[in-house]
Amino acid sequence: MTTRLIRSVVGLAMVSIFISILMFRLNSPIAGVFELSVCAGLISVIFITAISFTQRITVGQYSNAKSDRMKKYWILPFLIAAVGMYLAQKKVDIKVASPVRMPEGDVQNLMWNVRHMDILGQIIILLAGAIGVVILFKHLKDKK
Amino acid sequence: MSETFLLYSIFSLLIFIIGLYYILVTGSLIRLLIGVEIMIKAATMFLIMSGFVTGSPSRAQAFVITLIVIEVVVMVVASGVVISFYRKSRSIKTSSINNLKG
Repeated sequence: MTTRLIRSVVGLAMVSIFISILMFRLNSPIAGVFELSVCAGLISVIFITAISFTQRITVGQYSNAKSDRMKKYWILPFLIAAVGMYLAQKKVDIKVASPVRMPEGDVQNLMWNVRHMDILGQIIILLAGAIGVVILFKHLKDKK
Repeated sequence: MSETFLLYSIFSLLIFIIGLYYILVTGSLIRLLIGVEIMIKAATMFLIMSGFVTGSPSRAQAFVITLIVIEVVVMVVASGVVISFYRKSRSIKTSSINNLKG
């Protein structure tokens, strides 16, 4: 089970790498670098740490869970395929309105001068996350 | 430009559906988080693509950087919750979270 979980995490990292490549191709190199370093790197490390803190389940438990899952959700792939075919039949034609071009400058200028409140929000969110983790693990330290 | 928009929209939608399917099917809390992460990636891709199509990639990048920061914090806190839950109940199965029924 642990091996399968780690395989899932590696798959997620691969998706991140692929999305970073697409970001580079879509003229967004800074977001691509963030995606590559943070999502493919840091989040994979977080998941692998969480997996290493938990224990593997037995083969019997895994096969029971798998058979339950197959019984419950066997219809989902067919449903998704049916919806996809219906949408393909309808030939959805999305018309993109021509945007109003605004002078925006580069990302650095935009982040630090125009959307500087976003930076403040990010700092507050990071602090909230740090405090949340400290509170989550505080009782474990107290128990020891 | 419209073809690019349609192509990347379909790609984002596909990733979103994969994440949704993963969340619906899985019974493990860590896999549930991975599903949420995949869905967030679809939203990220959609933002970048809309920035490219509308000709303002810098603005889209600013939003995406904020989104990535929020994503990391959410994942760290959620992983902490999963580990705490595991230490309390010795299980990471979603079916075993039924103690909050009031």
